[in-house]
Amino acid sequence: MNRSLSFARCFSRQRLLFPACIAICLSACGGADEQRESLLNRGLGDEPGSLDNHKARTIQAGDVQRDIGEGLTGYAADGKLEMAAAERVEVSEDGLQYTFWLRPDGRWSNGDRLTAADFVFSFRRLVNPDTAAFYAQQSFGDVVNATEIISGDKPVDELGVAAPGELQLEITLEYPVPYFLALLTHPSTFPVHRSSIELHGDAHARPGNLVSNGAYKLQAWEVGSYIEVVRNEQYRNNAGTAIDRVRHHVTPEDATELNRYRAGELDVTFSVPSEAFAQMKRERPDELRVSPYLAVYFYGFNLSKAPFKDNPKLRQALSMAVDRETLTENITGRGELPAYSWVPPGIVGYEPRKFLYANLSKEERHAKARELYREAGYGEDNPLITTIHYNTAGSHRRIALAVQSMWKEVLGVEATLINEEGQVLLERIRMQNETEVFRLAWTGDYADAHTFLSIMESDNPSNTLFGFKNAEYDSLMNRAALQTDPARRQVWLEEAERHLLSQHPVIPLYFFVNKSMVSPRVRGWGDNVLNYHYSQHLSLSETD
Amino acid sequence: MLRYAILRIFGAIPTLLLVIALAFLMVHAAPGGPFDAERMLSPEVEANIARAYHLDESLPQQFVRYVRGLLRGDLGPSYVYLDRNVSEVISRALPVSMQLGVLAMLLAIVVGIAAGLTAALSKNSFIDRFVTGIAMTGISVPVFVVAPVMVLVFAVYLNWFPASWTGGGGVSRLILPVVVLALPQIAYIARLTRASMIGVLSSDYVRTARAQGLRTSSIIRYHALKPAMLPLVSYMGPAIAGILTGSVVVEQVFGIPGLGQFFVTGALNRDYTLVLGIVILYAALVIGLNLIVDLLYGILDPRIGGR
Repeated sequence: MNRSLSFARCFSRQRLLFPACIAICLSACGGADEQRESLLNRGLGDEPGSLDNHKARTIQAGDVQRDIGEGLTGYAADGKLEMAAAERVEVSEDGLQYTFWLRPDGRWSNGDRLTAADFVFSFRRLVNPDTAAFYAQQSFGDVVNATEIISGDKPVDELGVAAPGELQLEITLEYPVPYFLALLTHPSTFPVHRSSIELHGDAHARPGNLVSNGAYKLQAWEVGSYIEVVRNEQYRNNAGTAIDRVRHHVTPEDATELNRYRAGELDVTFSVPSEAFAQMKRERPDELRVSPYLAVYFYGFNLSKAPFKDNPKLRQALSMAVDRETLTENITGRGELPAYSWVPPGIVGYEPRKFLYANLSKEERHAKARELYREAGYGEDNPLITTIHYNTAGSHRRIALAVQSMWKEVLGVEATLINEEGQVLLERIRMQNETEVFRLAWTGDYADAHTFLSIMESDNPSNTLFGFKNAEYDSLMNRAALQTDPARRQVWLEEAERHLLSQHPVIPLYFFVNKSMVSPRVRGWGDNVLNYHYSQHLSLSETD
Repeated sequence: MLRYAILRIFGAIPTLLLVIALAFLMVHAAPGGPFDAERMLSPEVEANIARAYHLDESLPQQFVRYVRGLLRGDLGPSYVYLDRNVSEVISRALPVSMQLGVLAMLLAIVVGIAAGLTAALSKNSFIDRFVTGIAMTGISVPVFVVAPVMVLVFAVYLNWFPASWTGGGGVSRLILPVVVLALPQIAYIARLTRASMIGVLSSDYVRTARAQGLRTSSIIRYHALKPAMLPLVSYMGPAIAGILTGSVVVEQVFGIPGLGQFFVTGALNRDYTLVLGIVILYAALVIGLNLIVDLLYGILDPRIGGR
């Protein structure tokens, strides 16, 4: 109060200016009635864009969607798959028919009952070409007729989903998909409320219109600032929700986000800037949470033309010349793990294969790398001249500089660094005309090795980035897909990864880690490889 | 003067159309599209998205569709904020940027002119050197250095103000961003005012006024101040347009949902319509404010007023 008075007084001599100041100041007032009880302030990272379950496509949207919505399955705080809107599921012996029984106390935030028909409507909307859903193919492409419906060749009511009872839901697949229950945790498979969509159309996912079925409901959304969700009294497990209100703050800059955390404005951050990581580790070790994340940072090769096309020896030589430990210890420095496999560790029941050279000493690796480099036709008099393309953000430049110098030192490679804006880099990789070596990262969508291995299959859309076509690899992946026994499937997947690594289509550099500052007053924070932290699993140790 | 103003407004229409056409071509010429990501979509899904957002049409068709929308006052849908249209995003962000911009400009005018006049009136003295030195520092030190330092000192360590827009209500959240926005403007205005005032004070008619025995304060108030403000007025037009459309650095550091942030993220995300909407707004502001500056010139300088 005193501050606002003195602020006004400082302008009071400017008689003309004073009314303008007051008018502007008054319009700024109004947010002062905040209650601190049971309010969790979370850093969200970038603005999520859309909260329509079928149009949202960002990690940030997913974080909010998991608060306000719920699919048939979900994850516990420790990352274990569990039943969510459905209380049980039966899978036919051939692995094609999934029958779900929904919880009888399932409700929408407006009090309507959540029924199997809601899911049928939602799944049909997901694959409807008019919806233009980003995740239609990835989430539901394995369901009977889904691909034909997405391409407009069949009507939506031929989708392999049915509701034989009010709470009974059947989904039929084209072929067995052992990770299908994990796919159903993706927000694109969360139900959407039919009558709200019919009433509000594209505006149905806005505050005031959005009817959802999660532990929270959407209260406010200031684009570019924050999204506020409040307790959904209709939620089936409302008694188990501890925090009344959650504000997801848009925090695109991690340094700014950390300042907000240190000023007490955030309880949880989305990330921790690398510049401040060591300081936080020293000063607030109990608040800094670091754990493995299902994502890999790698260098790809342009496999469509020389020098990397049909030249696995050269690719292997370059891979062996990179000292990953130096990268993770001295450059990224936030607990990242050196990557000697393609699939990150942390997936239950899957043991990632490793490069055969992973166990060699540094000197042995370098000697072998030089040998392969010579066999590939290069040497001191005839060095490889290439380019490394990376995008303008984060520590990409420092990593590229380090790799450039490692290649130069071990093999004598002359690599030029080319820095490009993110979208430009993606376009160039996709066109495969200018890039030679390029930086990329891949994040898993579900806790199954398939989310990493499938993108290397010849017919996968994302393989455009890699251009890796290998009949033996495709055949191994097909064999894995045909297995209904999880243990045998894992064996084939591991074999596929082993073959993939032997071909060196990419150089995995490191596996990411989740890194967040979590206030001591936040309880229930569980580390997990997908970095999912449902607000309903958290509680606050005090009210202030 | 009214006739002149109307002619200028109509004259601005072709300029604005040219800006729209050029901006449209440039945003579409940039590699990549609004729905491109590392995760490639299947061709069927990609085709559905292109159809849904009319990206499958030829560029001229898209341009005609866009201009038709503009004539209806519709800036089109955002390709990133899919639940909203561009007019809505801008209409929410503009008042925030304007609120900060107006306050920062008022602060800059008051402090900048006062500092500039003080320096000019005591030319080559300690005060003059002090003001000039501070102004040079204000111009040289970039906002991306000043802003985080101010947050660290005043929000994190001293805890006087909130560190971000949502960290506190009312006036307190305005102070740090307004001061950071105003600092470089204060420096420019102080330097401009000083130079201009020194020039005017050494002109013949001021010397004549002095010879007639007028007091310095009267000379400044009635004879020197108005002409000394002319360069400042020229500077203010584009400066106000710039400050009203937001500063991406200040907005990111303080987490302010203003236009600057949307402009930059829009460009990076290839949100064509959002970028175009903000470019059109910025162009209209520059054109409008330059017109106001020209009209003000007529009032301030009697030699121009008659034309």
